[in-house]
Amino acid sequence: MAASDDVESLARAFSGVGVDEQALISVLGKWHPEQRQHFRKATRDFFVEDERQFERWNDRHILQLRHEFLRLKDAIVAWTMHPWERDARLLKEALYKGPQYNVLIEIACTRSSEELLGARRAYHSLFHHSIEEDVAFHVHTPEKELLVAVLSSYRYEGPKVDEETAKLEAKTLSDVIGKKGLNKEDEDVVIRILSTRSKLHLKAIYKHYKAITGNYLDEDIEGDSRLKETVQCLCTPEKYFSQVLDASLRYNADEISKEALSRVIVTRADADMKQIKEEYHGKYGVSLGKKIEEVANGNYRDFLLTLIARSGE
Amino acid sequence: MSTICFPEHPSPVADAEALRKAFQGWGTDEKAVISILGRRNATQRKLIRQAYEDLYQEDLVKRLESELSGDFERAVYRWILDPEDRDAVLLHVAIKKTPVPDYRVIIEISCIHSPEEFLATKRAYQARYKRSLEEDLAQHTSGDIRKFLVGLVGIYRYRGEEITTKLANSEADILHKAITEKAFSHDEVVRIISTRSKAQILATLNHYKDDHGASITKHLRGDPCSDYLSALRTAIRCFTDHEKYYEKVIRQALNRPSTDEESLTRVVVTRAEKDLKEIKQLYQKRNNISLDHAVAKETSGDYNAFLLTLLGKQD
Repeated sequence: MAASDDVESLARAFSGVGVDEQALISVLGKWHPEQRQHFRKATRDFFVEDERQFERWNDRHILQLRHEFLRLKDAIVAWTMHPWERDARLLKEALYKGPQYNVLIEIACTRSSEELLGARRAYHSLFHHSIEEDVAFHVHTPEKELLVAVLSSYRYEGPKVDEETAKLEAKTLSDVIGKKGLNKEDEDVVIRILSTRSKLHLKAIYKHYKAITGNYLDEDIEGDSRLKETVQCLCTPEKYFSQVLDASLRYNADEISKEALSRVIVTRADADMKQIKEEYHGKYGVSLGKKIEEVANGNYRDFLLTLIARSGE
Repeated sequence: MSTICFPEHPSPVADAEALRKAFQGWGTDEKAVISILGRRNATQRKLIRQAYEDLYQEDLVKRLESELSGDFERAVYRWILDPEDRDAVLLHVAIKKTPVPDYRVIIEISCIHSPEEFLATKRAYQARYKRSLEEDLAQHTSGDIRKFLVGLVGIYRYRGEEITTKLANSEADILHKAITEKAFSHDEVVRIISTRSKAQILATLNHYKDDHGASITKHLRGDPCSDYLSALRTAIRCFTDHEKYYEKVIRQALNRPSTDEESLTRVVVTRAEKDLKEIKQLYQKRNNISLDHAVAKETSGDYNAFLLTLLGKQD
């Protein structure tokens, strides 16, 4: 009979993110038909009792398995891509599959001006449209204006910040956000500031906002999660990314959250991974590497760990 | 085509020396300044500036600013800057204009330039003013016109020639519907004009003309006439026939009781190395008088001489 240890390790090999290839090979590979049957009967999650007396794979799990096996391949292909192509493809997927407008915000707001421009160029080559026209055409929810605005940005990246203007704009934002419902004019002001000001200027606004109101700007934004994400991505990207990573590493994470794991690690490994790791450790009390070891499996796990190790301890 | 008559074998060093001579002594030899700078293309002017700096450890531009004055100085200043730097200055001046920004300049530069040229302009703007064009524009405009202009300026338009006929048809219908309902500043109108590729927009406008018998600009008139509507018409004219558009700008600049030197300078300086020849021909056709003559009539002094040189006058 199949040892209960083996059954357990096999069930684990199929859970979490990625698959534990070694366990699958060494356990499954040597099991006789009776052992495999025992496994099917023992794991009610993966298999259901069919009315015609055989244990059938749960369809949902087969689909999920496909995602798990593909995780390494997708991460590697994304890693080898030119960052512009990678972001362009992520933008397209975010717009059409899902849709996942948070990913549009993430890319528009965490990339440098030249990186975002490059992604827009690559989008032209790949899809023969501008991302701006596609978003403007396909999005019909109220977030459209914010999305087009941040995707169109080409921010100043120099060191100069006008502190007086930043203070004034922090005050304006605190007045607007305090109100019960945002009217069109208020929305326009918020979008103008968030989509045109430089990142240093926005960080100054974030600082002044805290000084004026005692709260953080993103925490004060209730309800509108796109707006919240925009502020976080622009002012505190490490905080934003560590939150996304935490959600992706939970045991009950859905497929969309799980995909974020590859996306964040592949796209930030050469950028601000060090700061993200620090923020993650500080916020969740465990190192990102440790958590990945716990939740991810096999070659996929090893690939992720290798990527995050690039930015030192 | 360019109207500039530059020599076959220019020498930046000789030119720099001649300019230095023109600055020395009492007053300035404006004729020399005009005949040298007015007859060099952008690359040559850049070399002269470099040579002058190397020889005399002084920025030629700053020297010109101090030696010259008035409309003449403004024209020469714009002429000597690198094209993207010049556009950045023109945009900044347009945005800061009171009581309202000069929307035409913003639309001209964002709609007529190629996406790459416009990008270079944005970079030059950031380098010069330590802020982005978008943030200054957004701060100095509001309402419908802001929505439209910030959209025009932010877009990085697709440059391909492909068009989707079905889309051109449906978007022509959308535009027509907005016009019949007098909802000119409807989101869809702004979306189509500010995000579609130039080729796609032209296809849409052609469909509009075919389906409704008149070009869309004839229908984009409201009561009262708003800045936004006139900006929309300007953008469409810049897309469909920018030479005709520039002829009109010059004609209006010269016809005013007091000549609009700023606009006149802008068109002559920015188009002299591109299509000023064609604009001159259009002007002649439309007004039965050559542009040279009209400029000679309406302007005077060194400013006049400089413009005529840029227009191709040989000595």
